[in-house]
Amino acid sequence: MKTPIYFDYSATTPVDKRVAEKMCDCLTTEGNFGNPASSSHEFGWKAEDAVEQARKDVADLINANPKEIVFTSGATESDNLAIKGIAHFYNKNGKHIVTCKTEHKAVLDTCRQLEREGYEVTYLEPETNGLIDLDKLKAALRDDTILVSIMHVNNEIGVIQDIKAIGEITRERKIMFHVDAAQSAGKVPIDMEDLKVDLMSFSAHKIYGPKGIGALYVSRKPRVRLEAQMHGGGHERGMRSGTLATHQIVGMGEAFRLAKEEMAADNERIRMLRDRLLNGLKDIEETYVNGDLEQRVPHNLNISFNFVEGESLIMALKELAVSSGSACTSASLEPSYVLRALGRNDELAHSSIRFSLGRFTTEEEIDFAIKKINENIGKLRELSPLWEMFKDGIDLNSIEWTAH
Amino acid sequence: MAYSDKVIDHYENPRNVGSMDKDEQNVGTGMVGAPACGDVMRLQIKVSDDGVIEDAKFKTYGCGSAIASSSLLTEWVKGKTLEEAALIKNTAIAEELELPPVKIHCSVLAEDAIKAAIDNYKSKK
Repeated sequence: MKTPIYFDYSATTPVDKRVAEKMCDCLTTEGNFGNPASSSHEFGWKAEDAVEQARKDVADLINANPKEIVFTSGATESDNLAIKGIAHFYNKNGKHIVTCKTEHKAVLDTCRQLEREGYEVTYLEPETNGLIDLDKLKAALRDDTILVSIMHVNNEIGVIQDIKAIGEITRERKIMFHVDAAQSAGKVPIDMEDLKVDLMSFSAHKIYGPKGIGALYVSRKPRVRLEAQMHGGGHERGMRSGTLATHQIVGMGEAFRLAKEEMAADNERIRMLRDRLLNGLKDIEETYVNGDLEQRVPHNLNISFNFVEGESLIMALKELAVSSGSACTSASLEPSYVLRALGRNDELAHSSIRFSLGRFTTEEEIDFAIKKINENIGKLRELSPLWEMFKDGIDLNSIEWTAH
Repeated sequence: MAYSDKVIDHYENPRNVGSMDKDEQNVGTGMVGAPACGDVMRLQIKVSDDGVIEDAKFKTYGCGSAIASSSLLTEWVKGKTLEEAALIKNTAIAEELELPPVKIHCSVLAEDAIKAAIDNYKSKK
């Protein structure tokens, strides 16, 4: 077993070797290097074939028509294209958008930008388990609401929103529905025939494909129109100009094809590992799982060890590559906005660690992590004045702290 | 973020971790910071009759730099008079531990902690 051990698959995944091989075939003179838009010769035709096969593979994972797939540079661009594209195209119908406080920054910051342009945005508060109360969503919809944007799976806590139910609500009101599926594709079955979703964002690098490539699903029935954000040669049916990056697209296609084949088996194995990890940690006193445990992808465990600060724990766990909902790593003193939106107090938000598992995680690695965490929580609590006060029965809320 | 060797040394081998009886006449306790901000430092000093810090203990909830800053502080204040200890500046701690700009607040907290401990001791006299 090699250390450090990678437990940050929600940040990014390594490219699967099978994917990398396919990508390498699209680069050099010997390979498929042509411009897919070159319609006058065989180099172009071959590249176009590869791109269209990849488009089909992406569409197949979500049971969509390949013509509904627009390639972008990643989920961030897809989110921008969907939200700004809809807002700019349909603003004659209204200028109100509904989203949630726990969305990814690519959605939240795009909404902020639209607010600067004169749009109005409602940010829903999730329940304490991270899920959205559908009645609250319904209540937020107005006659001038043109778009609802809700993520499928949350990047920090892994909870799965009920996008089928939300789609029923928005379709009935004839409101566009965008879903950021960067963290769900390849982890949760997605069937666009069944879901009333108008736009969906995807990323390749979260499911063993390369970075720098993503896609936006744009529904054809009913037809959804967008104002392009990138102008130029009119690629991707005018929705996203720019020469198609054959090797990236082929990589994404192969990653999605493998995901379709292996998702069920991967999920089962990963769920077993995640449960093993949780079992190994749950006897540590004052430990809290953040987010609903049932409505959750098996890959994610976000857990707070009360009275231990997250960054110091990460420093102690130097053999484990994990991420913290704590602030110090991001150079601000604010703890995770996602955990705060769940109503977690600041101490617990500062004490959180996200473990995200993936295709290459092993049982041996999980057991090693359990051992290391158990050792170090004890050590850090010996150092913690808060732990000592807790053990002495002092209510930390009764103390007047000097905020700084 | 990469930590300096000194921060790692203090973090992995913290000096003078522990507690003293805060009700003793010759003990001064300073607790600064807030759980909501992600760091709380508690520094305790035991002062001799002639005003020299004989012993110092700390416990810190916070990042590695906060733990290292308080650990270093306990080493520095031992053997100093209260007047000398009050002169310790956060910049000296930051420099010794080679703290990056985003971690300067940890050294500020350490300076606040020794000042608060001295004030607490004096308030008992």
